[in-house]
Amino acid sequence: MIDQTTYRPIEGRSTEYLTLVGWLGLMVLAALGSAYYMEHNGHWVTGMSNQVIWGTPHVFAVFLIVAASGALNVASIASVFGKKAYKPLSRLSALLAVALLAGGLAVLVLDLGRPDRLIVAMTTYNFKSIFAWNIYLYTGFFVIVAVYLWMMMERRMQKYSSTAGLVAFVWRLILTTGTGSIFGFLVARQAYDAAILAPTFIVLSFAYGLAIFLLVIMTVCRGTGICLGDALLVRLRNLLRLFVVSSLYFVAVYHLTNLYGTENHGVEKFLLVSGGIYTGLFWVGQVIVGYLVPMGLLYHPATRGSRTNIVLASVLVIVGGLCQMYVTIIAGQAFPLNMFPGYDVSSSFFDGVVAAYSPSLPEVVLGLGGMALAMAIVAVAIKVLPFLPDDLSDKKAGDGEDADAEVLGA
Amino acid sequence: MSTCTDTTRRRFLAGAAGLAATTLAPGVMLITAGPARAAGGPVTNARRWGLLIDTTKCDAGCDDCVVACRTENGWQGHDRPATDSQWIRKVDLTDQVTGAKTSLPVMCQHCETPPCVDVCPTGASFKRADGIVLVDKHICIGCRYCMMACPYKARSFVHETTHGQKPHAPRGKGTVEACTLCVHRVDAGGTPACVEACAEKAGREAMVFGDLNDPNSDISKVAGRLVATRIRADLGLNQGVLYHGF
Amino acid sequence: MWRSTGFLSILALAMVLLAGAVPPAAAGDGVPLPHPAKGKGLQCVEPVDAMRRYHMKYLMHQRDDTVHGGIRGAKYSLQGCIDCHAVADPKVMNGEKRTLKPFCGACHEYAGVTLDCFQCHSPVAEDKPNLSQADAQAVREAHQQALKSRIQQGN
Repeated sequence: MIDQTTYRPIEGRSTEYLTLVGWLGLMVLAALGSAYYMEHNGHWVTGMSNQVIWGTPHVFAVFLIVAASGALNVASIASVFGKKAYKPLSRLSALLAVALLAGGLAVLVLDLGRPDRLIVAMTTYNFKSIFAWNIYLYTGFFVIVAVYLWMMMERRMQKYSSTAGLVAFVWRLILTTGTGSIFGFLVARQAYDAAILAPTFIVLSFAYGLAIFLLVIMTVCRGTGICLGDALLVRLRNLLRLFVVSSLYFVAVYHLTNLYGTENHGVEKFLLVSGGIYTGLFWVGQVIVGYLVPMGLLYHPATRGSRTNIVLASVLVIVGGLCQMYVTIIAGQAFPLNMFPGYDVSSSFFDGVVAAYSPSLPEVVLGLGGMALAMAIVAVAIKVLPFLPDDLSDKKAGDGEDADAEVLGA
Repeated sequence: MSTCTDTTRRRFLAGAAGLAATTLAPGVMLITAGPARAAGGPVTNARRWGLLIDTTKCDAGCDDCVVACRTENGWQGHDRPATDSQWIRKVDLTDQVTGAKTSLPVMCQHCETPPCVDVCPTGASFKRADGIVLVDKHICIGCRYCMMACPYKARSFVHETTHGQKPHAPRGKGTVEACTLCVHRVDAGGTPACVEACAEKAGREAMVFGDLNDPNSDISKVAGRLVATRIRADLGLNQGVLYHGF
Repeated sequence: MWRSTGFLSILALAMVLLAGAVPPAAAGDGVPLPHPAKGKGLQCVEPVDAMRRYHMKYLMHQRDDTVHGGIRGAKYSLQGCIDCHAVADPKVMNGEKRTLKPFCGACHEYAGVTLDCFQCHSPVAEDKPNLSQADAQAVREAHQQALKSRIQQGN
C-alpha cells in the first residue's frame, strides 16, 4: 500500500505556536526544578511515605505510558487492519506514542530515589522482575516505532511499513501487558494481584491514547488550517466511545470478581463505599466523568454530532483516566496490608490503618511536566519533519469503504 | 521414565550438599550440618538462618527488641513517623471474635522465595546463600517496587539525608533498607541484637535465633516442640522467621 | 550538512579529550596540588601508586564479596581505609573524632571526581575515647597486626 498522501512540516512561526512551545518549555523546566527539589531534600518533602510508596508522579507516569501504547492504535488500524482512511494519521500516531512514552518515563526516572544511578538500571538486570522486562519493552518500543516511522516516511521502505506496523502492534500489546502486570503480579496487596489488570490496562490504553490523539489532531488541524473531514472524525469518535464502554466493562468485571469472595470485601468496601477521597474519585472521577458522561456525549443523538463535544469527551476521558490511575495506584496502597486476617491490628508503623496521602506541589508539577514534555516533543517534531498530511478532508480520506454520511457540527 | 527419576535424585543430592549423611542402620540417617563455609570463602546454603518468636512470652508493653535494633543499626529517625524507617516494629493484635490479645515483633521475614527479590529490577534485593535477605544499596536505584511487593511492610525507604550511621550498617537517602538479621553479627558468629535484648534486657527469651538446617540447633529444637506458624503462610514464601502462639 | 556537523562534533570531542591529557597547570597557577595526610601504618595494602590508580577497583570488588558473600575483614576494606587514614577535622564533630573525608576529599576535589561512598557509609573512625598511652599503643599494634594479616591474605 503506497501512501500517496503529501506530508509537510508545519510552518511553526505563528505567535500561538511559539507561545505554546514556550509554555510547554516552562512546564518542563518547572518539573526539572521540582525533581531537583525532591531529590535534594529526599522524598520526605513529598506526600509519599513508607505507607504510600508510589505517589502522584507514578499516577502521571503510568497514565502516560499506558496512553503511549494506545496512541499508536491509529497507525495500527491503518497498517495492521488495512483501513486506508487512517493512513494519513499514522505518522502522527507513531510520533505521539513515542512522545507520550518519553514523557512518562522521564517522570518515572526523576522520581527514583537515585535517578543518578539510571545507568545501573540499564546495565544490571534481574530477569525475574517485571520491571526489568519493562525496561526492555520500553526501549524496544522506542526502537520499533522509530523504525516503523522511518519505513513510513522513507518512500523506498514503504513496502515494509505494514510489517513494521504489525511488529509495533504486537509489541505495544505486550508492553501494556507488562505495565498492567506491574500491579497484577503483586501478591502482597489486595487491590492488585489480579490477572485481569493486564487486559484492563490494554483496554484503558485504547481509550486514553485515542482521547489524547483526538485532542492533538484537532488542535493541530485548527492551528494549521488542515481540513479535518467529518467522516474521519466520526470514525475516531465511534472508536473512542467503544473503548470507553470496554473500559467500563473491564473495571466492572474486576470489582464484581472481588465482590464475590468474602476475603476481598474489606478492600472493595474501602474502594466503593467508605474510602473517602478514593471512593469519590472512583465514582465521580473515574465512572461518571471518565465513562458515563463521555458515553452520553458520544452516543446520544443530540450531542454526538458536535466537534466541541468530541473535544469535551476526550478531555473527560483523560481526566477520568488520571482519576482511575490515582485510585488504582494510591488507594491500592492506602488500604492496609492484610497481614493478620481475623485480627484488629495496631502498631507504630501504621499497620491496620488506612494510610494518609495528599499530593505535594512538586509531585504534581513533575507529573504535569511529563505531559508537557510529551506535547513539546510533538510540537517540535511536526515542525522539523513531515508528520502531518496537507489534507485530511473526506475526499482524500475516502477509501471506497462506505463512508459514514454523518455530518458534524461545531 | 528413568530419566525423570535421575533428575529428581540429582536435585535431592544437590540440595543435600554441605550436609554429611551417615547411614546408621538401614533407613536411619544421621545428618549433621557441614562447615558453614570455607575459611575466607563466601557463605553457603549449608546453613539457613532463622528466628522463632514465641508470642506467648512477648508483652505488648515491651519494645526492647526495637530499641536494641535501632541502637545497633542506627536507624534513628527525624520524628516524622510516616517517613522514618522502621526495621522492626511491635504489632498488637486483637482477635476480632474472641478479643484475645497478642503482641509480636515484625521485621523482614527472610523468605525462602522473597517477593522483593523477584520484583527488584536491578538485583539489589537479594537473598544470601544462607537465607538472609538484604538490599545491596550500591545498586539500589530507589524504585521502591520491593516495598510494593513485600507482604509484611518490612522495608523502609530512606526519605532524607542520614547522619550517624554505624560502620556496619550503611544507610543512605534514596535507597531502601530493612532488617539485615544483624548480618554483621551473624558473620562474626553472634546473634541479632533483638534476640540478645529480648533475652538479656527483657529477660523473656521470646526470640530464638539459629540455623534452621541444623536439627540440633536451639531454633530447630524449639520449632520441633512448639507449633510454629508463619505470617501469611498462604503465600507459600517459607519465611525464615517463624512465630508461635497467634 | 550533517557531515560537517559530524566532523565538528568529533573535533569538539577530540579537544575535550586533549584538554584532559594536557598536564595540570603548573604550581602556583590556581588550584594547589593535594597533599593527603599519610596513613598511620607503615605501609598500605598495595604500593602507593597502585592504590592511587586502582583503589576504587579494589573497593568495588570487595564490596560485592562482602555484601553478597559475607566475606569480612579481607585485605581491601573501606573500614581498613578509615582505620588508617581518618584524621581529626574541626568540621566534623568539632574534631572529636577522626574522619576519612579529608583524606579522600583532597584528591577527589582536585580531580573533580564525585565521591559518593559517604552518602551511605560513615566516614568516622570508631575510636575508643580517652585511651591511656599504653592502650593506644596496644590498639596501634593490633592494628598493624590486622593489616599484616590482611596483606598476607591478599597474597
